[in-house]
Order: sequence, then C-alpha cells, then structure tokens
Amino acid sequence: MLLAEGLRHAFGSVRALDDVSFTLHPGQTLAVFGPNGAGKTTLLKVLAGLLRPAGGHARIDGGRRAVGWIGHQPQLYAHLTVRENLRFWASLYDVPEADLERREADLLGRLGLLEHGDRAVRALSRGLVQRVAIARALIHDPRVLLLDEPFTGLDRTAAEEFRRVLAEQAAGGRVTVLVTHNVEEGTELASDVAFMRAGRFVQLEPRGGRGAVEIADAYRRAVTGG
Amino acid sequence: MADVWRHAWRLARKDLLVEFRSRTAILSAVVFTVLVLMVFNFGRDPTAVAAVDLAPSILWVTFTFAAMLALNRAFQLELENQALDGLLLAPIHRASIYLGKLVANLIFVATVEGVGLPLFALFFNVPILPVLGPLLAVIALATVGFVAVGTLFSAMTARTRFAELLLPVLLLPFMIPPLIWAVLATAALLAGRPLSELAGWLRLLAAFDIVFVTLAFFLFPATVNE
Repeated sequence: MLLAEGLRHAFGSVRALDDVSFTLHPGQTLAVFGPNGAGKTTLLKVLAGLLRPAGGHARIDGGRRAVGWIGHQPQLYAHLTVRENLRFWASLYDVPEADLERREADLLGRLGLLEHGDRAVRALSRGLVQRVAIARALIHDPRVLLLDEPFTGLDRTAAEEFRRVLAEQAAGGRVTVLVTHNVEEGTELASDVAFMRAGRFVQLEPRGGRGAVEIADAYRRAVTGG
Repeated sequence: MADVWRHAWRLARKDLLVEFRSRTAILSAVVFTVLVLMVFNFGRDPTAVAAVDLAPSILWVTFTFAAMLALNRAFQLELENQALDGLLLAPIHRASIYLGKLVANLIFVATVEGVGLPLFALFFNVPILPVLGPLLAVIALATVGFVAVGTLFSAMTARTRFAELLLPVLLLPFMIPPLIWAVLATAALLAGRPLSELAGWLRLLAAFDIVFVTLAFFLFPATVNE
C-alpha cells in the first residue's frame, strides 16, 4: 500500500506540493496529469523519499526495497554494459542469483534488449537507454512503481510492450504512480486519475470506463478551466 | 555491518570497473604525477639543496594533488544520469556508499602512488629500497587519512557549482596535519634515522585515520540527504 497524507513542499516561495493526500492499494495505478511545473516530479520524489516533505508524510509498505523508480534521467553508468548495469543495481537489492538470471533474461527479451545486453550504455540510442532504465527499475521486482514520464524516447513498439508490462504488474498486485503531461500516454493504464495544478490535486477520482478523449476533456476543464 | 561492507564492495567494484573502462581520471592522475616529478627534478638546482632534503615534500605534494583528481571524480560519476538518486533509493545503508567510494578512491590513489614512487626514486636518486616497508606504511597511513576526508568533502561539493574549485579549498586545510606528519616521517626515513623516531608520526597518522574515517562514516549520510 502507498499512503500520502497532507504532503507539502516548497522551493523558496514556490509551492511545489500543497496538501496532497491519497491512498493506493495493491493493483491500483494512479495517473497524475499536470502541466510543466505542476509539482508532479516533486510528488514522486517525496513519495520515494528523495525529498523530505515540509509537511505531511508518505508511507510505502516495504520501504525503499519495494520501490522501482523511473525518473527523467536513466540512472545508468554509461561505460558499463546493459547487463553490468542491471547486475550492479540488482546487487544493491540483494536479488538472488537464480532470480536475477531469470528476471534479466525476461526483461531484456520483453524490452527488445537481448541483442544489446553486452553493449555499453553510452553506445545506445536514447530510446534504447530508456528501455534499459525500465529494466533497471523492474530488475528487483518492486511492489511499488514510481514513474516519471516513462514513455519518453520509446518508439511505438517499445511503448506498447511497456504498457503490457505495467498492466501485468498491476494485475500482479503492484501499485503504480505514473506522472505525465501527456494524457493519452497514461490513461489506459490508470485505475485512478489525478489532475495537478500549482502543487495541488484539483481532481482525484477513479477513471471508470473513460477513455483518453474524456479524460483529456476533464483535464482541460480541471486544469485550465476551459 | 556485514551488509554495509558487502554493498560497499559492490559499489567500489563498480567504480573501479567504470574507471578501468573510461580511464579518464587514472590517466590524468598518472600523467600529472610524472609531469610534476619531472618538473621538480629538472627545475631544481642540485647544488643548492640536497635531493634528500627536498624529496619528501615533492613526493607528498605530488601525491596530494594527484589524489585530488580522483576525489573530484568520485561523486561526479554518480551525478551523470542521476545515478546518485538510484543509490539513495536503494535499500542500502548510506554509509555503504561512503565506504564504497573510500575503497575505490584508495585503490585509485594507491595505483597512482605505485607509479609515482619508483619514478620519484629514479628522478631524485633517493634510496627507498632499504626503507621500503616503513615508507609504504607512512604512505598508506597518510593516504587513508586524506582520502577519508576527501571522499566526504567530495560528496558535499559534488552537487555545488564550481565543485572542482570548492573541493581543494575545503580539503587542503584538513590535509595539512597528515601531510606535515607524512613529510616529516618520510624525511626521517630517507635520512636513515632509526625507526623508533618515526613511531610518533605513525601514531599521529593512525589516530588521524581512526578519527576521520569514523567521523566521515557517521557524517556522510547527512551530506547526501536532500
């Protein structure tokens, strides 16, 4: 479970988070939509524990071990190969060797990285690097996924496969928070949607059966008043 | 504590592998060491000051500034692609990060010293072989001291502007005591003084190491928290 209660944070006089509260149970995926500067990345950083909130608190069952993170940067070492990167990060989570081999093979296969496994990350294209970043985030089988614009740089095929992976994660009881400014990217994965403006959740509700078009309309009304 | 050391070693191994692949800092440090020793060798007037009087200071000036290159690089590496966030998210003790960096820096600096010491003996024609054991002990103790402090300051300055300028400004005052003791001990050794005269310097160096490794170990988590 992921719990956020009254989260507040500011950068100088700019309020990045203003009384944000929500609870997610296993299997739920919250898509947070908002324009640039709405506080989406700050929210993820506070949830992950990378930023200490000025007020309120966040709790993730299982603590840091349970978190898989995809941020703006891939958190990879450019001079190491794809496999070396995955193995290094897995080693910090004490992933058993047998599980590691299975998960590594599975993720590399699903994300189309098998033939790139022994290439240095610096030799890969932006899209391939993003796929490796996804594999890195999933290598320790996290129970909570915090994803910041995770589709950036992915081509259509990779984005579709990643959506399938996320849907499986949700079906397996994982909790996901996905933040993006692109409504079309996140809608179909979400069980719940939140619209964010100036650090606040101006709307938080189940997606219901609504598709991208309806959500985009609701987003426009909530965020821009249009 | 076993977990702390296990994760620290994995981090150190990763740092050394990255350095082995990129060879950026090690080449700079080795070239710097060779150049400084050559400049001092050919720039001095051998009739004015005896080599054995000048050599200890030159040796330690060279090692100190070569080490600075390694220390500057230690955390810059983690800022590329925001890997530091990944380390902070991983379920490892923050002190593991410090110990891992310390071990990697020590191996790096020891490698540079391993290249520099024979060149020093060659250029300055000082008899290091008869006192090699005690000399290595002095070098090891002094190196641990300033790398321990330098690794901590490297973490503190890495995320600042002008980090490469700030690190030496902060670090050099702390390096003065171990450097003075190391120079005095090295001078005594090269002058053929009895080993009993060194005991005091060695004790001081060991005390500095214990105090600052311990302090840095406990202070480090605060330096990398937001």
